[in-house]
Formats: sequence, C-alpha cells, structure tokens
Amino acid sequence: MNVTELTERPRLASKAMLRHDEVRDAELLLLPERVVRLSDSSAAVLRLCDGARTVGELLGRLREDYPSSDLTDDVLGFLDDARQRGWVVVA
Amino acid sequence: MTEVNAPYGLLAEVTHRCPLHCVYCSNPLELQAQQDELGTDEWLRVLDEAAALGVAQVHLSGGEPLARSDLEVMVARASQLGLYTNLITSGLGFTAARVQRLVAAGLNSVQLSVQGEDAEATATVAASLAFDKKRQAAELIREAGLPLNMNVVLHRLNLDRLDAIIDLCVEWGAERLELANTQYYGWALRNRQQLLPSRAQVIAAEEVYTRRRDELADRVELMWILPDYHEKFPKPCTGGWAKTGLTVAPDGMVYPCPVASEITSVEFSSVREHDLSWIWWQSPGFNAYRGTDWMPEPCHGCERREVDFGGCRCQAFALTGDAGRTDPVCTYAPDHGLVVAAVEEAERAEEDRESDVASLHYRRPSPRSAL
Repeated sequence: MNVTELTERPRLASKAMLRHDEVRDAELLLLPERVVRLSDSSAAVLRLCDGARTVGELLGRLREDYPSSDLTDDVLGFLDDARQRGWVVVA
Repeated sequence: MTEVNAPYGLLAEVTHRCPLHCVYCSNPLELQAQQDELGTDEWLRVLDEAAALGVAQVHLSGGEPLARSDLEVMVARASQLGLYTNLITSGLGFTAARVQRLVAAGLNSVQLSVQGEDAEATATVAASLAFDKKRQAAELIREAGLPLNMNVVLHRLNLDRLDAIIDLCVEWGAERLELANTQYYGWALRNRQQLLPSRAQVIAAEEVYTRRRDELADRVELMWILPDYHEKFPKPCTGGWAKTGLTVAPDGMVYPCPVASEITSVEFSSVREHDLSWIWWQSPGFNAYRGTDWMPEPCHGCERREVDFGGCRCQAFALTGDAGRTDPVCTYAPDHGLVVAAVEEAERAEEDRESDVASLHYRRPSPRSAL
C-alpha cells in the first residue's frame, strides 16, 4: 500500500543534492554527513522530482523513456521510501 | 593486494583558531599557528585536487572555520566543482550577513555543536559564555533555509542530562543530532579521569537514546557514537584506515582521520609538497595500515578483522605507543587491561563531581586567536 498519490508534486529535499560522479561513473545523492550511491533508475526518478511535475506526469515521462515495462508499483514504492528517508518532500 | 577506492569525503580543517576551550578538544595537542595556515589559493587548489580525486563532500571544520574570512571563497569554489559543502561550527562568529554570504556561495548544510543543554554546561566544558550565541546561530541557520544538524559530545558530566540535551536540539530545530560519546585521545585523554562515565551512566543514557530515537523517528534523526571503552569490540577506525575519506590540517598536512597527526611513528605528507592524488594512492602514511596484511595477532586471524579493522590506530598509539597493535578497547587485545583499569576507576562515586569539574584541564592557550 503506497502513500504517494498521483496528483502530488514531489521535489528533492533542499538539503539533498543529486549529481553524476564522473570519477566513478555513478549517480550520487549527497546529504549532510552522507553519500548514497543510487541505481540509474532511482536517479532517473529523483531527477524528475522538480516540484512542478505530478507523480502521474512523472510516470508518463518514465514510460516514454522505458516503454517495455510497467514501472508504476516500483516507482511509487521508491517514492514512499525516498519520502520516509527525507530525500524527497511533497509541497 | 588491498583494493583501494577513491575517497568520498574531505574534512578541511581550515584553522585551529577557536574561541572555545573544550576539555575534549579533538584537535592535536600541538595546534598550528595562524601564520602556518594554508592560504586561500592553496585551499582552492586542494579543493580542485579533491574533486578530481573523487571527493563528493567537503566538511569545513577547524578550530572554528568562521575565523577565516575567506571561507565564502572556499565554499564558492567547492560549489562550482559540484561538491556538497557542510560547515561544522561552534556557531560563534555567525551573523545574518555571514550566513547570507555563505548561502549565496552555495553552502549546503551546517552542523552546530552544543556542549550541554544550558549556559552552565557550556561554561563547564568550553570555558565559554557562548550559549546564547549558539541559540542565535541555530535561528540564523534555520531562517536561511539551511538544514540544521547538531552535535554534542557526551561524558561523565553531561550524560545524565541527555533527555534535556535532546529536548534543546529539538527546540532549536535540528534535523539530525549526533550524540558523540567522548573519544579518548589528544586533549580528551588528559581529562579522561574526569570525563569517563560509569557503566550505570552509559546504560541509562543508551536507554534514553533508544527511547528518544523511536519517539522522534519522523522528525529528528539521532545518531549514537558508541562509548567505546564500555564496548566489547573497538570502533572500526574510519571504516578502515584511509578507506573513505581524508583530512587536510590547517598547515596542509594530510591524514586519514582528524586525529592521526598524533601518530608520530607514521610519516605523513603535505599538500605543499605533493598533490592529493599521490597522497591518497601512493604515500607511505596512507598505505601504512590499509587492508589486513599489517595486522598483528589476535587481529590477523580474527573473524572480525574486516568488521572493525583492528580498531582505532590512533587509540592504539595513544595507549600503547605502537599504532600497529590491536586497539586496547577490544576484549581480545593483549593491552585490554589498560582500558579495564580506566573503566573500573570510573565506577567511583558520583559525589566526586565537584572535584572532577575543579580539576578539568581546559584547552588553552588558543593559538594567536584572531577572533
């Protein structure tokens, strides 16, 4: 059961910074006192969390980029998790 | 052959100058004077080299980093390089204008220290009347929209006040609070007798920590840095010697951790003579205790050898004079008796509090303080 709703507009928490690390060729999420190495797909979701797009729009965008699979459950689950960890906030 | 990866974190100790006189100061016994500090251009080069090496996060620390008027310049460069910047401060020297300049330069977060829950605790530990300035600093940080992280060093004289300390940090708006039990080397080792808590104090405080952690789970993240003298096994160095981060001292010397300068038997290098990449990958100091080949028994044959890495090299050196020995905190260490004796001594009565306070060695003098 997910708490994230399709009409919400998630954005990256202001304390968090998302960047591609060229030295390691990896996606990093930087937080106070912590570095998280993200999978490419997790980074792709977080990049779309700009506070303007709704979750529904975000899913639509991901479907264009990854047409072969239904990502809805995975993405909603990830967004729940990211909210709980304080990476993402909902305005 | 030990596999070595690029470091994620740089602790930039930009100065040893500090307005506080904390009895557990983590800076080395010999402080660097202002005229020996790296200049602005040298720090900017260090940041460039750190980014090229793979560093993703810079912690600007000291001493009190706000004592340097070029801090904004360093933050701006780090920010341009895509590095996450975190300021570790006592809060003294914060003004609204300074916060604005730091935010404009790209500062990402602040970690603010407190010594206890009130002015009296600050005076006892840091010989300072700065408590109200810390409160103001917390307000300024929150008003600027920066995430406020806080830390407090815990010991015999404040461990019983843990609930009140946590209340204070919640009230001030901390998102994360580091509860750091004192680590006994450098200046803190001088005050060990006065600072080392009894077992009953540690057990009671751990209960407070667990209860408040669960209670505050959604609002404030609590971190518990273990009171290692009371543990069965040592703390794992910094996740292994020279494995994830590096420290550049005010004079440009580079260490695997902030206290390793105390290990006088290891040859360390300076950014004034070598670039950071050579120091990380090649230098003798950084390779001295990497991996497990260097380990003596009982570490080398121990199943925990890659869990705690033989413990803290600085503590081994501070207590035994040999950085290559097993951390005496470990139950299996040949030198464990040193720690047992200190812990037993700490079981003395609580009534000694006044004489403990009276006999504290404050960190003085501050080197040519410009604050």
